[in-house]
Amino acid sequence: MEIVSALFDGIYVALEPVNLGLAIIGVVVGLFVGAMPGLGSVNGVAILLPFTFVIQNFTGGATSPMIFLAAVYYGAMYGGAISSIALGIPGASTAVATTFDGRPLALKGKAHVALMTAAIASFVGATVANILFTGFAPVLASVALNFGNPEIFALMLLAFATFAGLGGDDFPKTIFSICFGLALSAVGFDIISGEPRLIFFDIQGFSHGIRFLVLAIGIYGIGEMLWTINASKNKTTMTSVEINFQSMTAALLRFKEALKGTTIGSFLGFFIGILPAAGATPASLMGYGITKMASRNPEQFGKGALDGVAAPEAANNSASTGAMLPMMTLGIPGSPTTAVLLAGMVIWGLDPGPLLFSEQPDFVWPLIGSFYVSNLVALIVNLAFIPIFLWMLRMPFTILSPIIFVLSLVGTYAAYMNMFDVWLMVLVGFGGFFMRMLDYPVAPAVLAIVLGPIAEPALRQTLMQYETFTIFFTRPIAAPITIAAIILILLPGLKFLLKKINK
Amino acid sequence: MRRAEIITALILGLFSLYFMWKSGEPPSWNPDVGRFNNIGFDDSGTPGGGFWPFWLGMIMFGCCLWIGVNWFLKKSPASKSTEPFLDEFGKKNLFAVSFGLLSFLILIHVIGFYGAILVFLIYYIRFVGRHSWSATLGISLAIPILGFFFFDVAMRIVLPKGYSEPLFIPLYDLFL
Repeated sequence: MEIVSALFDGIYVALEPVNLGLAIIGVVVGLFVGAMPGLGSVNGVAILLPFTFVIQNFTGGATSPMIFLAAVYYGAMYGGAISSIALGIPGASTAVATTFDGRPLALKGKAHVALMTAAIASFVGATVANILFTGFAPVLASVALNFGNPEIFALMLLAFATFAGLGGDDFPKTIFSICFGLALSAVGFDIISGEPRLIFFDIQGFSHGIRFLVLAIGIYGIGEMLWTINASKNKTTMTSVEINFQSMTAALLRFKEALKGTTIGSFLGFFIGILPAAGATPASLMGYGITKMASRNPEQFGKGALDGVAAPEAANNSASTGAMLPMMTLGIPGSPTTAVLLAGMVIWGLDPGPLLFSEQPDFVWPLIGSFYVSNLVALIVNLAFIPIFLWMLRMPFTILSPIIFVLSLVGTYAAYMNMFDVWLMVLVGFGGFFMRMLDYPVAPAVLAIVLGPIAEPALRQTLMQYETFTIFFTRPIAAPITIAAIILILLPGLKFLLKKINK
Repeated sequence: MRRAEIITALILGLFSLYFMWKSGEPPSWNPDVGRFNNIGFDDSGTPGGGFWPFWLGMIMFGCCLWIGVNWFLKKSPASKSTEPFLDEFGKKNLFAVSFGLLSFLILIHVIGFYGAILVFLIYYIRFVGRHSWSATLGISLAIPILGFFFFDVAMRIVLPKGYSEPLFIPLYDLFL
């Protein structure tokens, strides 16, 4: 009861005109930053951090600046889906999984359904996360702390096992894609020994590794566009959507088809978000994989399943709230964006950690209240902007496609300020096109690139610490996850054997 | 399509072998260490830097062999297909886009991002898409201008200008 009362007091403060105004501005700015390929919530929050000092001078406390940045964070998480669906280029790494089904829906003329589903799923995911955050913050933080390296690797293994189901029927091509993604993520410096490794042809550009967005934008911005141009013979006008009250109501009613994905994404996303070094991107990808596995129609995924849009969107929004939990309760950021927020809190004179809730309730509860308010504002703003996003899709394809090429190149440069990455992105795009033509599933490769940098150190540190693989089968949390992963990996083989026996 | 399937598997198989070879590379500051010494556990039970990528490369190579066997047995859709990998439209289109993107990338180094965007959009919209000059120029001019205000002015992400840098100095004075 005490929590509910503190929460309502917090929401009341968050609804004060200055704070509400900052939340609206933050959401709109975040929405556009998130929608721009190459820029994500971390860019928005980092770039706008200096502005918060002006806000602090004006309002005199740390609450309003933090509300502003939290609103930018929310806006950017919503915004990532827009370019994934409307243009087929992931706005940010957190929205890559949204492209898998959002893009096919747009190509079928259902972009409004995809955008609406993404917006509502994001809202639900963030709301579930806010409730869990409000009620169970200290307990959940301690659960997350129990996740050591064996548990984290087991979780990654489970994610890879679900990837096997993400490909088509061609099992070796799917496994190849997963390993290819993991291998590319190993390029650069070995983070444990500090040795440079896999510097292909001794080109120094590889020493900083192959960045995730380079691959994601290459595959989806260039590769998919080439594939679409080839498949459609340049005749595609992406979609012809009638935007009126009836079509929008019909789109809203179709959200019931996305309930399973939204539920899985919301809860899974929050938990992945809490884990250190995980964050919203792995959460959205794992949310997609597990929803596909749990679906009655897994074959519809990748072709425009609403669950495939809802699950990653619910998961990435839920995870972004989840990532704030260790930041506020333990002083450990769960994602790059929360690391910037943490820096902001320190600059504003706060001391994030176990004592924050008891020593700074005047800061904590209005901030939590602002999560609810910003989330609602983000939903309303997002829905209001849908007609503008759909306008982009009405352009002739021969105008839209060069704009997408331009955004891909500019977005890659803006993300890393490095021309080597731009060249590499284009090269990856052509590679992705050829792989797509020959039915190599690209989604598992993209997912593996995200999880590779988490999985490898977890495995090697486990082996350094325990010197045996059996540890994955003896620890109480790691063992069931590892066994479930192995069963999933062996499932295609078992199915094949069963078929043979039945014959 | 059938030929493309086996050629791709071959290229990816060779890449996998190269990947395994690179994984076993000794550290440059210690030439006494032999190649492939880092792919297993050292005396203290610690996995080396090549442990993870080497075994991934091995699995990738195994998958390529599997794809090759499926090709031989005509089990995968691509290995059964009699369709050409790229038809005439596909070849022409791939050439047009490749030429455009390659020129775009080279032009970035010469006239900077905004100039290259202008040239690329004129090429693509007018000559590939065959749209009117008014539409071509309207879009081709609007996008670099909006880009400048979004990236350079609002986001403070300064894109390379190449030899066109002097043209932007008055704009920097005005807006930055």
